Parts: sequence; C-alpha cells; structure tokens
Amino acid sequence: MRSLKFLFVSILLVNLSLFVSNSFAFQSDELIADDEEFGIEGGRSLDPAVPTRTVSSPPAIRKLSSDLGSDPDSKIQFPLEHAFGDSDFSPAGTFSARLKTWSHGGQTLTKLRFSRNGLSETEKENFKKLLEGDDYYRIRVPSNLLSPPGREYIVSSVKARCLPRDSLDEHFMIHMEGVNILAVNYGSPGSCPYPRQFKIPAKWSFKSHTVLKNSEQAPRTPVFTEEVVGENGEGEMPPPERSFWAKYWMYLIPLGLIVMNAVTQAMNMAEEQGNGQPGAQTQQAVAGAQRGQTAAVRRR
Amino acid sequence: MNMAIRVFLLLLIILSSTYPTLCIYEDQVGHLDWHQQYIGKVKHAVFHTQKAARKRVIVSTEENVVASLDLRRGEIFWRHVLGPNDVIDAIDIALGKYVITLSSGGTILRAWNLPDGQMMWESTLSGSTPSKSFLSIPTNLKIGKDDVVFVYGSGCLYAVASIDGEVIWKKELTSEGGNIQQLIYPDGTDIIYAVGLVGLAQFDAYQINVKTGELLKHSSMVFPAGFSGDLSFITSDIAMTLDSTGSVLVAVHFQVGAISFHQTHVSELGRDFSGAAVMLPTKLPGMFALEINKSIVFIKVTNEGKLEVVDTLGRSTAVSESLYLSEGQQVFGLVQQGYGKIILTVKLGNDWRSNLLQETIQMDYHRGIAHKVFINTYARMDSSNGFRALIVMEDHSLFLLQQGEIVWSREDGLASITDVIASELPVEKDGVSVAKVEHNLFEWLKGHLLKLKGTLMIATPDDIAAIQKMRLQSTEKSKMTRDHNGFRKLLIVLTRAGKLFALHTGDGRIVWSLLLDSLRKSETCQNPRGLSLHQWQDPHHHVLDENPSVLVAGRCDLSIDSPGVLSIVDTYTGQERNRMRPAHSITRVIPLPFTDSVEQRLHLLLDVNLQAHLYPRTTEALDIFLRELGNIYWYSADVDRGILKGHAVQNNCILEIADSYCFDTRDLWSIVLPSESEKIVATATRNLNEAVHTQAKVTSDQEVMYKYISKNLLFLATVAPKAVGPIGSVTPEESWLVVYVIDTVTGRILHRMTHHGSQGPVQAVFSENWVVYHYFNLKAHRYEISVIEIYDQSRLDNKDILKLLLGKHNLTSPITAYSRPEVITKSQSYFFTHSVKTLAVTSTAKGITSKQLLLGTIGDQVLALDKRFLDPRRTINPTQAEKEEGIIPLTDSLPIIPQSYVTHALKVEGLRGITTVPAKLESTTLVFAYGVDLFFSRLAPSRTYDSLTEDFSYALLLITIVALVTAIFVTWIWSEKKELQEKWR
Repeated sequence: MRSLKFLFVSILLVNLSLFVSNSFAFQSDELIADDEEFGIEGGRSLDPAVPTRTVSSPPAIRKLSSDLGSDPDSKIQFPLEHAFGDSDFSPAGTFSARLKTWSHGGQTLTKLRFSRNGLSETEKENFKKLLEGDDYYRIRVPSNLLSPPGREYIVSSVKARCLPRDSLDEHFMIHMEGVNILAVNYGSPGSCPYPRQFKIPAKWSFKSHTVLKNSEQAPRTPVFTEEVVGENGEGEMPPPERSFWAKYWMYLIPLGLIVMNAVTQAMNMAEEQGNGQPGAQTQQAVAGAQRGQTAAVRRR
Repeated sequence: MNMAIRVFLLLLIILSSTYPTLCIYEDQVGHLDWHQQYIGKVKHAVFHTQKAARKRVIVSTEENVVASLDLRRGEIFWRHVLGPNDVIDAIDIALGKYVITLSSGGTILRAWNLPDGQMMWESTLSGSTPSKSFLSIPTNLKIGKDDVVFVYGSGCLYAVASIDGEVIWKKELTSEGGNIQQLIYPDGTDIIYAVGLVGLAQFDAYQINVKTGELLKHSSMVFPAGFSGDLSFITSDIAMTLDSTGSVLVAVHFQVGAISFHQTHVSELGRDFSGAAVMLPTKLPGMFALEINKSIVFIKVTNEGKLEVVDTLGRSTAVSESLYLSEGQQVFGLVQQGYGKIILTVKLGNDWRSNLLQETIQMDYHRGIAHKVFINTYARMDSSNGFRALIVMEDHSLFLLQQGEIVWSREDGLASITDVIASELPVEKDGVSVAKVEHNLFEWLKGHLLKLKGTLMIATPDDIAAIQKMRLQSTEKSKMTRDHNGFRKLLIVLTRAGKLFALHTGDGRIVWSLLLDSLRKSETCQNPRGLSLHQWQDPHHHVLDENPSVLVAGRCDLSIDSPGVLSIVDTYTGQERNRMRPAHSITRVIPLPFTDSVEQRLHLLLDVNLQAHLYPRTTEALDIFLRELGNIYWYSADVDRGILKGHAVQNNCILEIADSYCFDTRDLWSIVLPSESEKIVATATRNLNEAVHTQAKVTSDQEVMYKYISKNLLFLATVAPKAVGPIGSVTPEESWLVVYVIDTVTGRILHRMTHHGSQGPVQAVFSENWVVYHYFNLKAHRYEISVIEIYDQSRLDNKDILKLLLGKHNLTSPITAYSRPEVITKSQSYFFTHSVKTLAVTSTAKGITSKQLLLGTIGDQVLALDKRFLDPRRTINPTQAEKEEGIIPLTDSLPIIPQSYVTHALKVEGLRGITTVPAKLESTTLVFAYGVDLFFSRLAPSRTYDSLTEDFSYALLLITIVALVTAIFVTWIWSEKKELQEKWR
C-alpha cells in the first residue's frame, strides 16, 4: 500500500520535474535519460533523487575513455574502497558515470553505474569476523572526481550486521555538488533493528542500490502582490450556505420541546376537565405555540 | 490511545485557537521579571568633581561601554554601549562639559554631553596606516577661538575643535610601523612636540606648528640595538625605554632638536636585578616602573639623569596615574595586596618615603587582586586634601574607597557572562516552616482584602501603591528553597574573569560567588579562561543528602592545545568541591546520558589528539561506560577546512603510563564540503534535555504525521566563501546559502537545500523535529527566517487500528540510526524585519505547551514569536479544518506584535545569549537573557492554563462561597416560612 503511494508520489514528482524543467523527454525507470540535447539552463537538476539501476556482482569493469575537456560529456570512473574494522582500505568496486558539462560551465554527474568486485576468501573471512564482533564495515570514495582523491576521502561506515539479508544488501546515496562528492549515505536498504542479530548471508555477493542526489532549491519566499491580496479577500467570503437544520437547530429543538410540552399539557387538560372547554384550551395552547414560533422566527 | 491523543489535541487547539496575549499590565513590570544593568571591566576612568553639583566619574570599559557613574552611590547616570567592534581607545573630558571618546582604532571621535549623555558630535578620522592611537586634550591651548583636542590615530595627527568636532588640521606623521606616543606642549610657544618610535629601532621627534599643523622640524635617530616596548615619559624632555633584549635601559633625551641616548644596564641598578625586564605603562612624575623577576621596581630619574631605585614591590601592585594637586604637586596612588585586605597608599611625586595617606580596607578574598586604581582628590573639612580611589578588582568588580571604607561597589563581572546553567534550590526541610511566610491570619486577610479592592477597582491610590509594594516584596519568590511550581532556581553563571556567580531567579540577587583559583593567572596558567559549565551532579534520589554540583571546564591559554583545567563546584554552598588539573587539553566536553550511583553524570572530554577521557575517574563510571561503549558517537567540525567527521570510541589509549580512563577514537564517517563553494558559518543541535511530549501530530484531515525526533541531528549552514563578509559585499549571483540536516551517528545527510542569493550571518535554533534559521536574502534585500520540519515516513503505516490491535506495529521497536531513515522535510521561508543577534526557543517541563521562538533583536530586546507562524503547512487560504487546527493564513512576512516583547520597555544592552529553563509548572518557562545587562522573566507561551495567577483573590472566592451558602440558607428559611404560612392560610 505504502509502496504504491510512494510510487504514485514519485511519478508525480517526476511529472512535476518534467513539467518544470521541460527537458526530460522521457524518463526511464532505471536510468535518467541521456539529456545532452536538452540541457537545462540554470544548472542544478531539480529532481531530488535520481534513482539508478541496480547492478549485482560479478564486476564488469571496462576501460573507459576519460579525456576531459574536449568532449562536453565524458565518461568518468572512480573507485570504491572498503575496510573491515580498522584494517586498511582496499579496492571494492568501481563507479562509472557520465560527466555532463553545462553551457554555463557547471558540471554534473549523470548515469551512475556501479559494479562491485567479488569478495575474495580472505575478505569473506574478514567480513565474518566483523559480523561476529558487530564491528564496522567502512567504505570510502574520493571527494573530488576530477582530481581524486580531492582534499580527503569521503568515509562512511555501517555496522556489518546491518548488511546481510539473503545476500549482502547495500544502499548508497551519493550527495553531489558539481564534481565534488559531499557525502555518501551508506547502509542497508531497509531497516536494521536494534538488537542486531548475527546472521551469515546465504550468498556472498553484494546487491547494491545507488542513488545520486544533487542539491535541492529552497522554496522561494512567497511575495504577495495586489492580485494575491484580492484572492485573500475572496477567501474571506462567507462560507457556503448550510442547511436549514444545521443553521437553526438550536432554535428548533427548544421550539419542538415547547410544542410537545404544550400538546401534552393540553391533552392532560382535556382529560382532566373532560368536556369543560376543550376546544378553547387547545386553541389557546396552539396559539401560544404559534406565538412562540413567530417570536423564534423574529429572533432569527 | 488514539482517542486520548485526539481529545488532547482538541484541547490544545482550543487552548491555542486564541492568540495568546503575551503582554503584561503596567503594574506587573518587575513582578515576574528583573533587570540588572552593568558596564563591564573598567579600562579608563575620568573624575568630574570640580565645580559640579553632582559628582561623577566617567568610565570606559572592556565591553565598549562609556558610562557616567554617580560618585556618591555608584549608580549609572547614563551609559552608551558601542558596537562589539567599536573598541574604546581613550576617554577624556573637554571644555568641562563634553566627554570625548576615541574608538575603533583611533578612527571615530565622539563627544557626549556630560550631564545627560547625549551625543553632541561625531567625527570620522580616516587614515591610511594602522597605528596605535591616543587622545590628548591640552589645557589652555587654543587655535583661534577654538579649544582643541589632539588625536593621533592611523598614522596621522589631528587637531579637532572640541566644540563641534571639526578637523582643524591633519598631519600625516609616520609611515608604516610608526607610532607617536606622546604630545608635549611647551609653555608659551606655538609649537608642540610629537615623539614616538618608528619600527623597533628609530626614535622620532616632530615639531609642529599648533595653528596650522605645519611640520617645522623632524629629527630622528636610530638606536642600533633596537627597542622593546613603549616609551615611558619622565619629564618633558626625557623618555625611558628598554632595548630589545630587555636588559638595558635607554634614556632618550630630546631637547630642542637634538636626540641623544644614554644606556644603563639593568643589573647596574641593584645586585639582584637580572633577567629581562618589562616596562610598565605608568605615568608617574620623574619615575618609571619596571617588572623584573616577578616584582615591580620603581626607579627615579634624578635631575642629573641618574637612575635610582626607589622601591621594589610585589607583582600584584596596581599603580595609578599621577594627579596634579592645586599647589603644583603631583601625587599618585598604589594598591597593594594583603590576605583578605588591600592597602591603599597615596604618595607625593617627589617624596617616596612619606605617605599622604595609607588605608587598609577589608576586601573579600574572592575579589582577587587589584588590577587598576584611579585616584581623585577633594577638599576636606579642614581644607587639606582628601583622596578617593576607584579600584578595579580581578573579578572585574568596581569599588570606590574613601576614608578607609568602601563607599560603594559594583559587580561588573556580570557584564561578561560566558555560560549559564540552572540549578535547583535545596528542598524545604522540616525545620524550616512555611507558615512563617504568612505572618498571621490577620495580615493574610488584610493582604487579600487589599487585592480584592484592587480587583473590584475600589482601591484608593494609596491602596494600589500598597498592593504594588506587596507584590514586589513578596518574600515567597526570593526564598532559598524549592517551590512547588519550580520558579525558584539558581542561575549559575561563569564570567570571563573566571568567577562563578549564583543568581536567585526570584529577585536576581547574588547568592554566592566564587573566584575559581584554577581560572586565575598563575605560573602554570598564563592566560586562563573558562570554557563551559556542565551539570555534574543533579541528585533526584539523593536530594536530601547530596548537593548538586557543576563542572567548570577551562583551559590555560588561548591556544586550543593548552592544558585544560576542571573544577567541581557545589551549587548550594558555592564551595569548590574538587579540582582536577588534567594533563590533556580540552576541545570539547560531552555530557553522557549515564549517571553513577550517586548520580554524578559521566562526561567525556576530548583533547586535540582525538583521545577521549572519561570523568569522573571511578571504576564504577568506567564499568558503566564500557557497557555503553558501542553506543557512543560524536562528531567534530573543522570549520577552516570544511570537513565534518563522525567518531566513536575504540579502545584504551596506548600511552607510556597506562590510563584506563583514556580511550582512542576512530573515524566513522566524513563529509567534505567543497572548499571553493562552501564555508561553514553556523551549526545548531538540539538541546539534550529537551522534552518532547508526543511524536505524532494529527492533522485536520485525520492523518497522522510522525515527527522525526532524534537527538543526533545537526543543522549546518554554509555560504559561498566570497559571501562570508558583511552584507552587501557580494552580488546575489555569487552568493548562496546551503543548509544541511545531518544525522551525526551515521553521517547521513537527511536534507540539503540551497538558498540562492542569500548570505549570512546565520542564526539557527533546533528543537523537536524542526529547525529555524535567520539569514539575509540579497535578492529581496530583506532578512528572512526559514523553517524546516522533518517527518518520519517509516511509521506512517501505524495508522491501521487493526495492526495496532494485533500488535503488528513498530511503535515499540527500538529506534536505530542504522536503519535507512525515510524522512520527508517541509520547508517555508518568511521575511522578517529585524536582524537577529541570537535565537532561542522556549522549553517546558513536559514539552506539551506550544513553543515560542525568542529572538534577540538588534535593538537588544527579546521578542517572542509563536512557532505557529513558522509552520510549513501554512497556506494562503487554509481550509476551515486547517483553521480549526490553528494554521494561520500564509503571509510573506512575520508579524512583529509590539506586545510580545518579553523585555517590554527594557533593553538588555549588548545582548549575547538567551537561555530558557523549564519550570516545574508545564505552562511556564524561565527566560534568562544576558549581555552587558541581565534580564530574567517568566514566560507562558500558551498562558498559564494550569494554574491560577499569583494575584488571584482567594478572599473573593471565599466570600462568594460564604455569601452563596448564606443566601441558600436564608432563602430556604424564607421558603419554609412562606410554605408554613401558605399551609396555615
């Protein structure tokens, strides 16, 4: 149910971004469209999260051309390194992406793919040790893609016991600013309930999800013009007419009570006095009730 | 459960549907709040006692205050707080009616009217080269008809007319690195001499025509060995200084045109003078003072140019400037330190042996040593000269001494508060009776009758005055025990002087004060300063047998790697309970959420080597810590490099001496901000003690939104490196503001958002699931306030009642930061008229009461703003249901309601911080604002819905009940009688 809703929201968002930027002719569900022809004027992409597809191991690293500058779009790749507990970092996989240069000089990353190297036997042993000790599994990527590793590596870590499902599930959310990586949110794709259970994965391979995230624009402060003020005035129009009962129930109920009271009294009178002057009495009561009603009406 | 929430929310809505009126009535001022005015540590003082009906002293202080004090009682006649960057260099009195101040490195000259403090004129003196600055007001020297003020600043000498501040002439005297230090006015000529040093080795003397500013003669001479420090002027043609090694005294003779140096080795003065000497800035007649070997040596220069040691005094001696008596004699004052007393001596300039005056004054040990002394003379009854002295002590307090007594004192240390913490008062013990407060029944009734009169508006003016007096003097609020509502507390404040004060929240009086020895200047600690205050022990279970205490953390020097100092102070008695001198430095103190068996809180202290040290150093604390080792995380921000790092504790340090309380740390995550586009300007975290009542928020359409409440959230704001400067230094295109919400356990960026065309200064406050920040929008040319609210999506499916019934919900599962958070953020921005100095938020005991933002405005006032105005769900046309929920229609700017100034008509000059403390009563929060002034008040953001007001007339209630009961009886008897009569009829 929730996932459906989420899907709906994401479709809505995608639609919205399509509408706003007027640039993505087609939105693939696994990769963002190759949008070189439809460059957005003004730089940063508006969609908050661009999901990219899942690639599972074994890896398939290909030599990619990385001659920058001449080509507006150039392929780029950067390594992912991992460490078990406090060990040194060693290569674990490769991210490859397309570097898009905008007309105003800004550069952004699109089409992010990730391929992970298979775990070697020693690495599996190390990982098992981590699982036993509930220790940290750490990863790092360079902070600058053009001049790696930049000033410093971006480090992220997770308790190793959060990763194993059937295989090892991991989720990367890479926050980018131009060609700089700001941070990597790394962890399991779902929850990691607190008393972390010790569990050896069935398959020693990684199932990776990667998401690339660029900066969001803050919503503008609303500036109200005359027009809006007019709208505001309209907003203060009286609410739609309510039903008669809804409006006057507070008068009608006492009125009803009075009438009922009067009627029962009249009946009692009639019973008591028998053939005294029944007609006159009832008439009086009815008149009284009528007077009451007119008074009530006037009160409105 | 759901029903309860709904009913509760309905109640809340009803409560909050009316705009809470914050304003108080005129007669309530000073009833709930108190306001104290201070000036700060006095730097200069000028007495104005001659021919003045009201004797006063003009002072300038380190808080950049210029003030006129009543010499009789020490009250402030008037005072002006200049900006934080407008440091006062010199003050003086001109024409007998203007106070002249020179500030901002000798560039701004102002004149204030002496009686009322109004500014008369202001001149900006622009110069090219930065230099030292001074002010000199010659007596009996006129240019044309104008009395003149000479100002040296920025390498130029100015003659300024003292009547209107007009610059008569300006002369550029020195080039780079030069400083004129003295002006000399020879009698009967039109020439002034300006003398000073250029660089470190050249002495310069200038002759200048007074009328035109024309340079008549410039002579200079180089001293090859180089000078160190300043010149000390002995007579009008001799100055003393030291050479660069500090071991040779140089006498500079600069008679008309010719300069000559005479050198004397310091060791020639006496047998035990060795080592480097330092020239002390004194202005004594024919004398100067050196500091050698931790003692002060006074040296007289005889007419033949011989040097003669007059006396050697302890280092803690304060010397005043010389004062001219009417007979042409000069006197000066000395203050020496004794234990628990000070000795004031006034001596004649040419006769060291005899004292004109020697007085011993008892002085509290916790005042420290005398730092400055200013003396003034007056004519005694027997027409001899009497002397009074103004003394500035180590704790920044100010005293006026006269006839061996303290005439008045001011606690001006409180003008420089660096940290505040609230502490509980002792519990009422059986021995202390409550009944004593209400003297007797008669008094009590009388008081209530008066109040009743006031309520019924039949009180005479006398009665009203009596009611007012009763309110203000209510002994209830200044008692030294805990009260039921939790209004009475102690505010423990740490001042820059290293002194702790305990202020009573009832009336603001000082309960105790303690000058911490660990924060005093000593051999090992050259430049100590206090860092922060932390709650060390806050007993709840052991209330009756343990006193609460605070931890004072400080460091020995300005540099971050200097050794730290720790003190633990009992907050009931004000005694230092324990003093620790850790060998390591202190970069941060992290209070941990664990306490040991005597309820001492565990603290983790981090040093520059990224090692964590556990306090208290007991095995019990260590056991608790080791149990929780895996769940302790913290972050550090390197502002210069733009790197954030997350850390966790690893294992024991590997040191030469094994220390089981020291732990190594490991880096878990890092965020590297691109240095070319972002620079950290502000961070905000949640207050760790904050109580959040409910995680769920029910919206008008019966939807539940779950607040994302985590104590590990960090708000971070960065701006473009170009936009770090003041507003207007960049164009909107090249400035931006990026805000982050970061989980500090895993380093996840939960939200990142860019405000284009905006820049700092950024002020932010984080509370519950929202953060509010204030910045400047360059495109709109206005200040803006934005709000970000964070909601948890992962709990959304808990709405299903069936699931709740079957227990298939995740409401009770422990929250872990390692689960991927599914959060959504909502954000909205509004224009705001004021620039804001500081932001705070009200906090209440259970977090039920709606919140208010407290904004410290540029006008040094505290403005309360309802959080409902900063709700991202505001729309232009809210639906009826939304209106019922309390959503205000969206406007582009936030309203400033004049009645919602917490400080009402008062100003908290130099406002630096606002602290809120929850009272025990849920509706009420205590607000303490501090700067140069102090202000304390009680706030009820949704009004006091849970208590009757203090002036509620119980008598009226009682009388009404009695009257009703009697009326019932009377009418009953009547009706009985009537019925009887009916029956008899």
